[in-house]
Amino acid sequence: MPHSQKTAASENQPEYLQPIGIDRLLIANRGEIACRVMHTAQRLGLQTVAVYSEADANALHVRMADAAVCIGPAAATESYLAIDRVIEAALNTGCQAIHPGYGFLSENASFARACERAGIIFVGPSAAAMDAMASKSAAKALMQEAGVPVLPGYHGEAQDHATLKAAADQTGYPLMLKASAGGGGKGMRIVDSAAEFDDMLTSVKRESAASFGDDRVLIERYLQRPRHIEIQVFSDTHGNHLHLFERDCSVQRRHQKVLEEAPAPGLDDEQRKAMGDAAVNAARSINYRGAGTVEFIADGDGEFFFMEMNTRLQVEHPVTEMITGHDLVEWQLRVASGQTLPCKQQDLAINGHAIEARIYAEDPLNQFLPDTGKLKKLQFPPPATDLRVETGVQENDQVSVHYDPMIAKLVVHAANRQLALKKLQYALANTYIIGPVTNVQYLQYLISQPDYASGQLDTGFIERLPDLTRQAEKQTRIPWLVLAACWRQATVHDGDAASHWRLNSSARDLAFWRTSGTPMLVSIQKVGEDYNVSIDHHTDTNTEADRQKTSQSTHQVRNVMMKGSRATAQIDGENFQAKIYSTQDNTNTQIGVFPGNLPDAEPLAASFSFERLDTGTIIGNSGSSDASLQAPMPGKIIAVEVEAGQKVKQGDTLMVLEAMKMEHSINAPRDGVVDEVHFSENDLVPAQASLLTLNDPD
Amino acid sequence: MPAIISKINRELDAWIQNASQMQPLLDDLQLQVQKVNQGGSERAVSKHRSRNKLLPRERIDLLLDEGSPFLEFSQLAAHEVYADAVPSAGIVTGIGNINSRPCVIVANDATVKGGTYYPLTVKKHLRAQEIARQNRLPCLYLVDSGGAFLPLQDEVFPDRDHFGRIFFNQATLSAEGIPQIAVVLGSCTAGGAYVPAMSDESVIVKGNGTIFLGGPPLVKAATGEVVSSEDLGGADVHTSKSGVADHFAEDEPQALGLARRIIGNLNRPPAACATSIGTAANFDEPLYPVEELNGIVPADSRTPVDSREIIARIVDGSDFDEFKQRYGTTLICGFAKIHGSAVGIVANNGVLFSESALKGAHFIELCAQRKIPLLFLQNITGFMVGKQYESGGIAKDGAKMVTAVACAKVPKFTVITGGSFGAGNYGMCGRAFDPRFVWMWPNARISVMGGEQAAGVLAQVKKDAMEIRGETFSEADEESFKQPILEQYETQGHPYYASARLWDDGIIAPADTRRVVALGLQAALDSPIEDTRFGVFRM
Repeated sequence: MPHSQKTAASENQPEYLQPIGIDRLLIANRGEIACRVMHTAQRLGLQTVAVYSEADANALHVRMADAAVCIGPAAATESYLAIDRVIEAALNTGCQAIHPGYGFLSENASFARACERAGIIFVGPSAAAMDAMASKSAAKALMQEAGVPVLPGYHGEAQDHATLKAAADQTGYPLMLKASAGGGGKGMRIVDSAAEFDDMLTSVKRESAASFGDDRVLIERYLQRPRHIEIQVFSDTHGNHLHLFERDCSVQRRHQKVLEEAPAPGLDDEQRKAMGDAAVNAARSINYRGAGTVEFIADGDGEFFFMEMNTRLQVEHPVTEMITGHDLVEWQLRVASGQTLPCKQQDLAINGHAIEARIYAEDPLNQFLPDTGKLKKLQFPPPATDLRVETGVQENDQVSVHYDPMIAKLVVHAANRQLALKKLQYALANTYIIGPVTNVQYLQYLISQPDYASGQLDTGFIERLPDLTRQAEKQTRIPWLVLAACWRQATVHDGDAASHWRLNSSARDLAFWRTSGTPMLVSIQKVGEDYNVSIDHHTDTNTEADRQKTSQSTHQVRNVMMKGSRATAQIDGENFQAKIYSTQDNTNTQIGVFPGNLPDAEPLAASFSFERLDTGTIIGNSGSSDASLQAPMPGKIIAVEVEAGQKVKQGDTLMVLEAMKMEHSINAPRDGVVDEVHFSENDLVPAQASLLTLNDPD
Repeated sequence: MPAIISKINRELDAWIQNASQMQPLLDDLQLQVQKVNQGGSERAVSKHRSRNKLLPRERIDLLLDEGSPFLEFSQLAAHEVYADAVPSAGIVTGIGNINSRPCVIVANDATVKGGTYYPLTVKKHLRAQEIARQNRLPCLYLVDSGGAFLPLQDEVFPDRDHFGRIFFNQATLSAEGIPQIAVVLGSCTAGGAYVPAMSDESVIVKGNGTIFLGGPPLVKAATGEVVSSEDLGGADVHTSKSGVADHFAEDEPQALGLARRIIGNLNRPPAACATSIGTAANFDEPLYPVEELNGIVPADSRTPVDSREIIARIVDGSDFDEFKQRYGTTLICGFAKIHGSAVGIVANNGVLFSESALKGAHFIELCAQRKIPLLFLQNITGFMVGKQYESGGIAKDGAKMVTAVACAKVPKFTVITGGSFGAGNYGMCGRAFDPRFVWMWPNARISVMGGEQAAGVLAQVKKDAMEIRGETFSEADEESFKQPILEQYETQGHPYYASARLWDDGIIAPADTRRVVALGLQAALDSPIEDTRFGVFRM
């Protein structure tokens, strides 16, 4: 090992006094995990080097690091996944080690080998261990040999129909058909009966061939109410292996973890020990090094089966840190520098309960589609020892399309699960994000479910909840808009002598408000202490058909109480309560409405973002007349970029004209379809000649 | 500053009686304003909306900064003047903030007679331009008008202060550096075409906005050419070919948005110190609620009012530094602040005597010298009459005050809280003396003299003539002779009658006085105050 040599003196020193044989660490990641690794590294006195893509030039992890290296454009394949560039950055900055975080290169054996070749410590397991766990079916076979229970099923190489069918019948129905090379829910089918098998097999093979270029499948028993319980293991290079108990990650949405906790509710010590031992066996069997997670699928009756092993630090590792009191990144660094594990299995104990909630930029009311945009307001509850706010962004940062839309993780710790849940409730209720739509309110909705509170967790928990459809959103969004509009009028320019004042008439406000799509004209009239609000759905076209579509609604707002960020009112006879925050973006106002739970009402799964538009920003392209499709002056056509029938977007270059020694682009003044192109390349055209014509898009 | 100690106890029967007499006047005012706010007929409004057009006050709301007040002028213009109802004279004018800059907005109401110009429409448009000139405020014209109202063309077209004056003003305002911006949201035909054409910068909206000297029917009649409005003078033609308009807007909100941006791009004159109106925040409220002003005006107009009670409910902290408190006590003069702006107040407290007039002239000189705006609280039956006073030279002392008022170059504001009669109107800065604004309380009356006095004078003249002819004028005859005169004065002296004819800039509730005057003062801040040179004072 090229790692530091331990001296006799250091053997007797407590762990925290032992120096780590790494002076300078490169973190080959971004976002919250890069920041989290740097926190520990910096606390331990290591110099940190960040790498970043062009899209992340001003990201928090770049600002936090002692040095930073740009390693390419936004696309991860050209930056965070580009092994050569990461290695080059580490060598150029004199780093002895690279921490890969999670995701990106963290489980890439080629990267681990490249590090080794370059003489850099890879903070993680050996490439061989990664290889061993990379294929799910190979990993299962390996585990079976090591005596770790695996789900009944078939993980064989023979993929002919007869073998698979026989294996299926032997496993029993219902069973799960999975792509061997799969992951993330792709290429998975539940087969309820033998009759369905053939059709399902065909479609899984087709899907996995398309997704992974590999149509091999495996067969597993399917559990009705399975729980996802994983064991955190740790190994050093001196043959020591231990586990740091379990995490329950059963609350998943389409195989993405949403809420994680430790310890697992209802798991008794015997089960815990059995799973822990099995996980340690798994680690030992592949001569593991560093932090790893052995995932099990558990049944209601305490049976558990090996699923896979993640050969990296997990997103949800902080819950383990909170209940054990150990810093896993520190452990990783110590192991990587050749030290022994800081403690023994018997020294570890569970202290209280921890829960982590992942905050994503995604729209719970729109199939959880990721959202992007600027974080115009980003407010978390103040961090404390029992409340960790793990984030890699700051207010005014962008959630970009290039990377994972996770904004932050909130991790709470308390004496027991019930108290931890209360803390999490508080933390989520005091998290305010304006900009991209987030799942903060949805997380509150999840943890307020009786099944969650009672710890009745399984991976089907979320699926069993009522569907949050777009339709529901349309019905509920309007009163919150009304509340936001009244709040805005009541609180903006509150101290001004004559805000909204009209001579001999009631105070008024009229403005366009946008939720996600078309702006709506919202008119507010204050009558005494009450408000009358009318909402007119604006159309930006002048056609009769579109005007017919517009609808108007009027709302009576009574019992209004607007104080600071608190807003309560009765709207059309129904009570509403929310905290409302606003932030100014150039001229428009972003308003976030965070519904409070009224005692008699169903908790809401979404918060709302509205934008009050300054009329000055309702500007399309003021040169959008088709007159711009005429030659501005006599010249020569040097390029024709479109052909008849082609769809074009506003601003697209249609033709290029050369005149007066200059090139003039002829751009689409609006979205449309090219009707006719009147000239071709090298044609000479007179001034005002119609170059092409556009039709309206269908 | 010493605060005024009010002697009014709200529990007093008198106060309650006064307030109960004011309330129906206020209710009716609100009702009348509500009516004109709706614009033209329901049919006209729905037709207007079906063209994707907004009502003028909605256009203004969208144009203004969030939370901006809008100080509307002469809401009741043309009230019961013409055979047909012409709400607000078919044009909405006022001051509001656009991109933190107070602007004068002039918006045609196409739902009222197609936005055509009645004589009072012209007068109201010109008055708005005058306000813009005096206060150096940018002008925004939201144009949607069919031009002159042809049946009354003789009262609209030819004279000095008729239609042409609008364009004269646009040219000369622009020459003074006061921006002229037009947003063409409807038709601008014939003369109307010059509003955008004479502007510094203009926006035109696709589909609805048209500008041409002669519309399609006229073109067809004149030359036989058949052409659509849009092809003749639509947004596309004018922004891409003719250059008559500068900015193309897809729809009204976009047009209004462009107008906001245009105002945002105006460079402020270097001396300017004004900011938005209505946004001042650092001042004390009066010690007494402004609402109490509704009970200040005596139910019986012959009961005198102590103007200090009014001042105490208008000025910051009710603080008032009185000048010459012990001299000429029927005129109260002093310094105060309203929403933080310094102001010199001249308020009637009875009939004007020589001393009061001299004190007023002195105080006006002080304010002119110190460049402090003047607020006149007018409640005046006139100057004292009688042998003693005439021989004491009350006419020349009155003339001194009138000279001072006329020549003072500071911004002047007049609120008529009660009577405005005779030469008192002149001395107290009536309309003829170019105050920046004149507002009336709903209980106020304005005429050359009081109705009773006029009837009395005319009856006396008739009686004298009859006596010369040896006839007698019975008491009953005298009463029936006086009755129509009293009625005439009551009608013509009424604030609605006055406001309808633009003798003022609007009727305001007493409780709004403080705010309205504050907005007026703030709007005046952008214009530098000139040095005053007084005329010859007759000594």
